[in-house]
Amino acid sequence: MDKSTFEDDATIIGPMHGRLPHDSAHKHVAGTADYIDDMPEPVGTLHGALGLTDRAHAEILEMDLSAVAAVPGVVCVLTAKDMPHSNDISSTHLHDEPVLADGRVQFHGQPAFAVIAETRDIARRAARLARITYRDLPPLIDVAEAKAAGGELVTPPLTLARGDAETELQRAPRRLKGQMRIGGQEHFYLEGHIALAIPGEDDEVTVWVSTQHPSEIQRMVAQVLGVPSNAVTVNVRRMGGGFGGKETQGNQFAALAAVAARKLRRAVKFRPDRDDDMIATGKRHDFLVDYDVGFDDDGHILAVQANYAARCGYSADLSGPVTDRALFHADNAYFYPHVRLTSQPLKTNTVSNTAFRGFGGPQGMLGGERIIEEIAYALGKDPLDIRKMNFYGDRESGRDITPYHQRVEDNIVRRIVDELEASADYRARRAAIIEFNQSSRVIRKGIALTPVKFGISFTLTHLNQAGALVHIYSDGSVHLNHGGTEMGQGLYTKVAQVLADSFQIDIGRVKITATTTGKVPNTSATAASSGSDLNGMAAFDAARQIKERLAAFAAERWQTTVDKVTFVPNHVKIGEELIPFAELVAQAYAARVQLSAAGFYATPKIHWNRSTGRGNPFYYFAYGAAVSEVSIDTLTGEYQVERADVLHDVGRSLNPAIDLGQIEGGFVQGMGWLTTEELWWDEKGRLRTHAPSTYKIPLASDRPKIFNVRLAEWSENAERTIGRSKAVGEPPLMLPISVLEALSMAVASVADYRECPRLDTPATPERVLMAVERLKRI
Amino acid sequence: MARAPGSIRFILNDTEVALSEVAPTATLLDYLRLERRLTGTKEGCAEGDCGACTVLVGRLADKGGGGERLVYETLNACIRFVGSLNATHVVTVEHLAAKDGTLHPVQQAMVDFHGSQCGFCTPGIVMSLYGLWLTDENPSRAAIEKALQGNLCRCTGYEPIVRAAEAAAGARHAAAIDPIARTREAVTARLKALRATETITIRKGEDCLIVPADAAGLATVLTEHPTATIVAGSTDVGLWVTKQLRPINPVVFINAIAELQRIERADAGLTIGAGVGYSEAYEALKSAYPTFGRLLDRIGGEQIRNMGTIGGNIANGSPIGDSPPPLIALGATLTLRSKAGTRTLPLEDFFLAYGKQDRKSGEFVETIFVPALPAGDLFAAYKISKRRDEDISALLGAFRISLDEANRITAARIAYGGMAATPKRAKAVEAALVGQPWTEETIRAVQPAFETDYQPLTDWRATGAYRMLAAKNLLMRLFLESAGETAELRRFEEVA
Repeated sequence: MDKSTFEDDATIIGPMHGRLPHDSAHKHVAGTADYIDDMPEPVGTLHGALGLTDRAHAEILEMDLSAVAAVPGVVCVLTAKDMPHSNDISSTHLHDEPVLADGRVQFHGQPAFAVIAETRDIARRAARLARITYRDLPPLIDVAEAKAAGGELVTPPLTLARGDAETELQRAPRRLKGQMRIGGQEHFYLEGHIALAIPGEDDEVTVWVSTQHPSEIQRMVAQVLGVPSNAVTVNVRRMGGGFGGKETQGNQFAALAAVAARKLRRAVKFRPDRDDDMIATGKRHDFLVDYDVGFDDDGHILAVQANYAARCGYSADLSGPVTDRALFHADNAYFYPHVRLTSQPLKTNTVSNTAFRGFGGPQGMLGGERIIEEIAYALGKDPLDIRKMNFYGDRESGRDITPYHQRVEDNIVRRIVDELEASADYRARRAAIIEFNQSSRVIRKGIALTPVKFGISFTLTHLNQAGALVHIYSDGSVHLNHGGTEMGQGLYTKVAQVLADSFQIDIGRVKITATTTGKVPNTSATAASSGSDLNGMAAFDAARQIKERLAAFAAERWQTTVDKVTFVPNHVKIGEELIPFAELVAQAYAARVQLSAAGFYATPKIHWNRSTGRGNPFYYFAYGAAVSEVSIDTLTGEYQVERADVLHDVGRSLNPAIDLGQIEGGFVQGMGWLTTEELWWDEKGRLRTHAPSTYKIPLASDRPKIFNVRLAEWSENAERTIGRSKAVGEPPLMLPISVLEALSMAVASVADYRECPRLDTPATPERVLMAVERLKRI
Repeated sequence: MARAPGSIRFILNDTEVALSEVAPTATLLDYLRLERRLTGTKEGCAEGDCGACTVLVGRLADKGGGGERLVYETLNACIRFVGSLNATHVVTVEHLAAKDGTLHPVQQAMVDFHGSQCGFCTPGIVMSLYGLWLTDENPSRAAIEKALQGNLCRCTGYEPIVRAAEAAAGARHAAAIDPIARTREAVTARLKALRATETITIRKGEDCLIVPADAAGLATVLTEHPTATIVAGSTDVGLWVTKQLRPINPVVFINAIAELQRIERADAGLTIGAGVGYSEAYEALKSAYPTFGRLLDRIGGEQIRNMGTIGGNIANGSPIGDSPPPLIALGATLTLRSKAGTRTLPLEDFFLAYGKQDRKSGEFVETIFVPALPAGDLFAAYKISKRRDEDISALLGAFRISLDEANRITAARIAYGGMAATPKRAKAVEAALVGQPWTEETIRAVQPAFETDYQPLTDWRATGAYRMLAAKNLLMRLFLESAGETAELRRFEEVA
């Protein structure tokens, strides 16, 4: 054995915790990464377009589609009655979400028919020729309006309670009530929704779809077609962004493409135009939060009562778990000695709102942080001091229990905040800003430090499971498949690192393959930040099984014991002998050892009883904090983010480069939600901000001018997660609550910080200016 | 090679293309993706706002002085019509890497600095950064942000992309693999040969696409087709097609007419050809009227500024076009031309009512004359939008104030966009100002006059109340700035 080879190659390329580029980075920059619309189309592929209604709430009296069908090149027009088995794609099984509107329009732009034509252009043009006669019904558009109108709900509400909030509020030395409006958010994935359905033999259909949830697409397509799930195969290699917008919202396009493909025996593709995509698919929920807090003269919170009303749209979709998660995060990192939180998932005549990075958590947390601000302004204190005195305490301190009765056992928020406060020089900068504001007439500044504590796990416990399928071929190359989907977050890269690390082979030997329901069944959505926690562990489990078989084989062949067989970089060490990995694999194959394994993982410890509002819904918490500094122009309300400093906890990072990217990107996305991204409906219930010309997500020139982002290097997950890492997808989105609060401080300066500006979101220049005007009059 | 009459000829990466059948509404993006299977260029919005479809287009431009030069500009393939591509070199992302797969330094830096996540915006970002790389060897952060104004990324937060742009700027050693540098001379020669000397006309059924070679040809075409859609940069008409699915027959593409692309500088002022793009007008306008330059930096993204023309911004009559208010405040005049001759009118008189301009059948906008700013006059143009860059104005105020030696206002020209159905002067405010001392008291005293001049609407960009308040405050901003107060946020002191 030539030992020099091994010593030259003493580590593998792409281990766990390594800073590896995204697996597709090279293809992204070269333009060779294929998204579904880039794949060669099967010969004869047809194209679909949605026919949208133009009422927010109405009965359809007549739908004359003759002009649509008459356009040369139109192959067929589908309506609700053309759904072979079921016109229902409600993910909740509440049967409240039709594929196509059937007699009743429930939001402006709800699809009522679909056109299938030889080209996409023909389909789009034909779709505009329908003549629909309506009988108008009164619409409810706004959340406050829906609440005032009696508050019909789309799904049962939740109450979280501990202690006696009502009594303690009455007894508290100080008490404040207020209301906060929190805007929604469009996902604005750069790749819009798309589905390509290819009919197969018998009842089979294969669907390529840009989705975070292939198994859900499979179920829905099967349900609409009336075929068993085993007839439907759903594939996705990558999405051009998802952010929650492709958790359930792809169902409609996939179902329609599949129905048309089965009916016409031709491949059918649906790729809605950006405007149709934004009009016809759900968004982040906007909320109206009513809060009532009791506190003492120092600023200790004594009791909190809050109601979280949400605009859910016309159907339940994921609004139940979204509004639940809002309540789970209304405490953020703070202990509420007595608390009562209620959700109110309101039905409105708007598109059905859905998952979006954070899943209600950000809105919950924003309400909690508004409460902190209220206390600070009421007492004339730095909000950071109020935060610190209300943080959850250590274990067994009596201040470690959440409104849902789970104990916070891994609390590192104090250390994160203390370190960031020092590294960002928060106190000195705040003092300097207060001084600056005294002498600056028009431009005012603000600074804020806000923390994040975010619960990790699907709150619907059974979803916390995942599978992986790993093959080693006889040449030693490895095929990796798992139930997670790649939307840019680097999941495929991280799981490949897990596998490379397990086998101790270079990552180049691991082939990452498209997610498909045919290889790993019954998967959960890639959502809730859980992708690498779940799929990393499942892949680890598959590798473990194969390694055990290889080790048993090696021990037998080399006449030694299993404990003498170790996997070392690109080799297997058997006793004192080093065998190249591929060589051992070849021998194992020849000896008829199974070189394929299905891995599985189910998150331990978690349980949740929704009816009692008690349990341990979260496996652990991820933490972080940010300091943001802004300037505002008090003549126009325009502003800019001068600097942001972030310290964020990802446990022991699986890939620091990817995790930093998630944090930076999450910050800017969250900042957009809180500042310039405004969904605006007119009096008819039409969404008027339905394209990037009118809906403004951040640009490069909006990001913080100075942007310092660090990982809490010392952190390690207290739980036995993959590599002791922590989830990273959602938590950073809430870091820019610090931007909102810094804006708020700058506004407050015009009234000498005596009044909480109660800045609602999105804090557009208009809202900032109007808040300045309001405070000037005080 | 003899010129094929009735065909559009251009170079696509390293292949010459001659198309004799081109629909007037055919976009470059669909051509690339559907007909050429060049799928690296993506569709994100089909309205020129997201940049996923960014390509570079090279053309021969008379930049003054040294005669013609081959310049490459980024633009949005989604709203650029194939019919407007004659004698250009279209470069897509597929053209950047070497044949052996070696990435271009811009691409490599994007990999090294983790500048892609989902990757869908990435080809467009690569092309924008490549456009910058070609023209700026040491870009500032401000210049990088400017180059990226027309590119949306939803994943990264942009920081790694900016870092990649900085790193790529230094990676010049690999310029040998730069595909544009390698072929510059040959492409220049080919484009000269491809240039049309007479009007190109392509007809099929009802479709009719016309590309005049010069202004006289345009005048003739408009006599024959008085209702033709005149398309310069297609940043507006592009959306008529991609979003409204409107027919634009017959269409006349004027972007190749050299006479319309001249800027003449004289003591009396600037004469800007109607076909001059924002990017080309930038230097001239910025040096004559500095805040106009800052305003231009905030119109669209780089791709839109490379396509869109000031003439088009005027001719389409939008109430929220960004260039009319400052031009009106400066006292600009417009010259329209037809086969019958030319006529000149004050720019403000061109806007008759919402969507209605004083352009007669057969006429086209030929030039805009912008008088020089008299020494001592104050001039400023301020744009207010929800997002700082690449956003449509909620309102835009432009001011020219003349003061005498006693600091008394002798003349005032004030125009706003976003406050009425057309770009409109604030005549009541102007009248209230003239004769008054230039003081804060005066500004406060004239503020009610805004309500005589304007009754702004509420829409998704702003409420009427905000527009009114901000409009008043912009005059105050001008005063405070003239008094030495900092009253405007600047992300960077000077944009490159």
